[in-house]
Amino acid sequence: MQKDNDSGGPSTPSGLSGRLRRRKGSNEVPPEVVKANGSHLLVDDTNKYKSMLIRTYSSVWMIGGFAFIIYMGHLYIWAMVVVIQIFMARELFNLLRRAHEDRRLPGFRLLNWHFFFTAMLFVYGRILNQRLANTVTSDNFLHKLVTGFIKYHMVTCYFLYIAGFMWFILTLKKKMYKYQFGQYAWTHMILIVVFTQSSFTVANIFEGIFWFLLPASLIVIDDIAAYFFGFFLGRTPLIKISPKKTWEGFIGASFATIVSAFVLANILGRFQWLTCPRKDLSTGWLLCDPGPLFKPDYFTVPQWVPQWFPWREISVLPVQWHALALGLFSSIIAPFGGFFASGFKRAFKFKDFGDSIPGHGGITDRMDCQMVMAVFAFIYHQSFIVSQSVSIEAIMDQILMNLTFKEQRALFMKLEQIIQERSTTPSSAITNPRDYEVISDRENVLHIATRNVKMNGSSLGERSLFYQYSGMPWRLVSFHQLYHLLEAFLLVAFKFKDFGDSII
Amino acid sequence: MQKSKSPPLPSTPTGRIRHRRRWHSHEVVPDVSKLNGSLLLVNDQNKYRSMRIRTFSSLWMLGSVILILYLGHLYICAMVVVIQIFMASELFHLLRRAHEDKRLPGFKFINWHFFFTAMLYVYGRILSQQLVNTVTSDKFFYKLLSGLIKYQMVICYFAYIAGMMWFILSLKKKMYKYQFGQYAWTHMILIVVFVQSSFTVANIFEGIFWFLLPASLIAVNDVVAYFCGFFFGKTPLIKLSPKKTREGFIGASVATILSAFLLANILGRFQWLTCPRKDLSTGWLQCDPGPLFKPEYYPLPAWIPQWFPWKEISVLPVQWHALCLGLFASIIAPFGGFFASGFKRAFKIKDFGDIIPGHGGFTDRMDCQMVMAIFAYIYHQSFIIPQTNTVEMILDQIIRNLSFEDQEVLYLKLGQIFQ
Repeated sequence: MQKDNDSGGPSTPSGLSGRLRRRKGSNEVPPEVVKANGSHLLVDDTNKYKSMLIRTYSSVWMIGGFAFIIYMGHLYIWAMVVVIQIFMARELFNLLRRAHEDRRLPGFRLLNWHFFFTAMLFVYGRILNQRLANTVTSDNFLHKLVTGFIKYHMVTCYFLYIAGFMWFILTLKKKMYKYQFGQYAWTHMILIVVFTQSSFTVANIFEGIFWFLLPASLIVIDDIAAYFFGFFLGRTPLIKISPKKTWEGFIGASFATIVSAFVLANILGRFQWLTCPRKDLSTGWLLCDPGPLFKPDYFTVPQWVPQWFPWREISVLPVQWHALALGLFSSIIAPFGGFFASGFKRAFKFKDFGDSIPGHGGITDRMDCQMVMAVFAFIYHQSFIVSQSVSIEAIMDQILMNLTFKEQRALFMKLEQIIQERSTTPSSAITNPRDYEVISDRENVLHIATRNVKMNGSSLGERSLFYQYSGMPWRLVSFHQLYHLLEAFLLVAFKFKDFGDSII
Repeated sequence: MQKSKSPPLPSTPTGRIRHRRRWHSHEVVPDVSKLNGSLLLVNDQNKYRSMRIRTFSSLWMLGSVILILYLGHLYICAMVVVIQIFMASELFHLLRRAHEDKRLPGFKFINWHFFFTAMLYVYGRILSQQLVNTVTSDKFFYKLLSGLIKYQMVICYFAYIAGMMWFILSLKKKMYKYQFGQYAWTHMILIVVFVQSSFTVANIFEGIFWFLLPASLIAVNDVVAYFCGFFFGKTPLIKLSPKKTREGFIGASVATILSAFLLANILGRFQWLTCPRKDLSTGWLQCDPGPLFKPEYYPLPAWIPQWFPWKEISVLPVQWHALCLGLFASIIAPFGGFFASGFKRAFKIKDFGDIIPGHGGFTDRMDCQMVMAIFAYIYHQSFIIPQTNTVEMILDQIIRNLSFEDQEVLYLKLGQIFQ
């Protein structure tokens, strides 16, 4: 969602007014007011001011509504995302439909919405199943319902999809095959594009509004900064698809976005409402320990900073370094979402995706860069912020889907027992930290003895020996004993070795 | 992948002959028409020769599939991957137009870039546990692998973004529509090809039984539908495929459900087929197959005559599940074939490719298999695993696969459910 920057050169005539792209919150300058090295200023024209007024008014209204919803909380933000999704899908469904063919195919549009609601059920069921389970624990009947839903969620969605698939095949009409297959493919592409990014957005929201708000704000800042830099300094065109974008706008916006990412992360990271994750579907206030990422580190200002600088030390939240990566992505790669949308509009020869927002285009016009950013923000969060392995998710999924409430509770008790046993018994027989270090220093030791090496589970060594000794996957208890025996033996052996070395 | 059945009317002109050559079918050319099965195959050398070619290639395919089944899980996965590559390349070629392609050098490499990104993502997710279990000997290699698995999503995402940026930078004036069409087409192909093959591979590692049974049911359904239509076919089934008849459909349904019941019994007795594979080794498998494959004995009711040799029937519990699979294979899986037929009609192509002599391309063979593979995976995940997964087994998984810190995190997460 880049701002349009006027291309340099006075030869762009008023014929370009047809390609006016109106963007959010911009002081849009129509191409008749051409800039050459920023020497011209806004022509004093009441029409332009009126359209700018309309645009500013709707932008302010959008931003205000957005801020209000952020204040209301996670569940309302989710509802907002769903509403945006529905509008986007409707715009895109309408886009490549041809009225002539549609008259001959009654009920074909319903098929699109059937797939839409199936996708919604699938995506939100998967993302929110854990939180749903956390919410409904009081009432037994509701809990059974929810557990049943989570358990058979995949089957339900699959049969809904198959029903839509069969419906599609049974409605194929002679001589309309190509149109119908085209619409079918188009529906799938729309749903994938719309639902991937919105599902990742919702997943991020429940991890903490910060992880939704920061990327979205960075895109907005990038747009606005790119507009102003291009407005004043724009000269060399950037890419053929969008002739009004300039290199100066791009580079200036990148710089501004990265700096504001750093600063914005500091400001936003101080509010618990934004940084705490939501574990269930409640709407009340949140209190939590935000974690080490949001605790400030203090750096003393270096010597060469002049005396009049008011602060002697800077507090930096560790999350600000992550925000730098987000800023880098949003300035360099997210604009390609805008280029994609521009190219798409040129390919199919329409000006805007819709006209829901006065003064701007449709909702898809607003969201094109946001979509790319939302997916990246989720993936970044999953890979670098949450250091949780895929295995925990998989096992948690299994527990939720496969066990009844009683069985889940039984598992919980047993796990509790195991963890308590492990913390109380000196099971490793490594009580002396010096011995522990001795073993871990030796690289040629069988790595089952290096318990402090963080690999995927200290049960690593168990597995390697396990497969050589036993063919029964479920019989693990005896192997635990073997493991501890071997460990104790090695410990003693190395103790003796060192003892022997020290004597000599 | 239905068999074509001959139409009942003798007036079908030769122009609408759709030579749908199918897997080991006894294809009947439509001008040899049948009226209540009264005419037999015309004694024509050409027809016998083509039937021989088809039967020969079918037998060859069948033989190689059996060999690969014997070799094991890893080879079956390799076979699936090879089939995937062939299917993808057939489908990529399908809607490409040579004229535009000459003006866009390097554009088809974008397709293959997305293909390999999808392969990395899908197989990385499905096989991550198996990979981790295999590579435990070498410390460096293990670290490399667990790093790759941890950052798999990021790697695949950046590979995808690189492909998208490459696409945008290669957009050429006046070719936008063609390029966007190709981009959408690539995505649809990859989704269709990879969803079903990834589910197939996931099923294979749960036990070859869960791959072999659905695939065989589709084959049985096709063969029986052909023969039933051949002998009894009268009323047409669907406008999309005019040669399919209701009699063939119903006969095939009955036969498929019955053979599902029997086949599950036969296949369920081999440990090679029923044991899950926990790593990527290729050696022999031994395991406790679980309660689903332990036979239960039912005494035969009294009204069975004396000469009947068995006094009690042994039924594996898995046979009841196989009935569901058979029901799906006979009633819903043929819609995959209808979809492919409609698609070919829409775009006026006769076959998806021509790799297999006497038959079409790989996609022609796999159209019903794709729908079945997805259902088999979802059925397995939703109904089989909950039955066989007990608290003990999940606890074992937790102890075996998670580090101590991860176990505590899981414990905390579980605790939130019970608050």
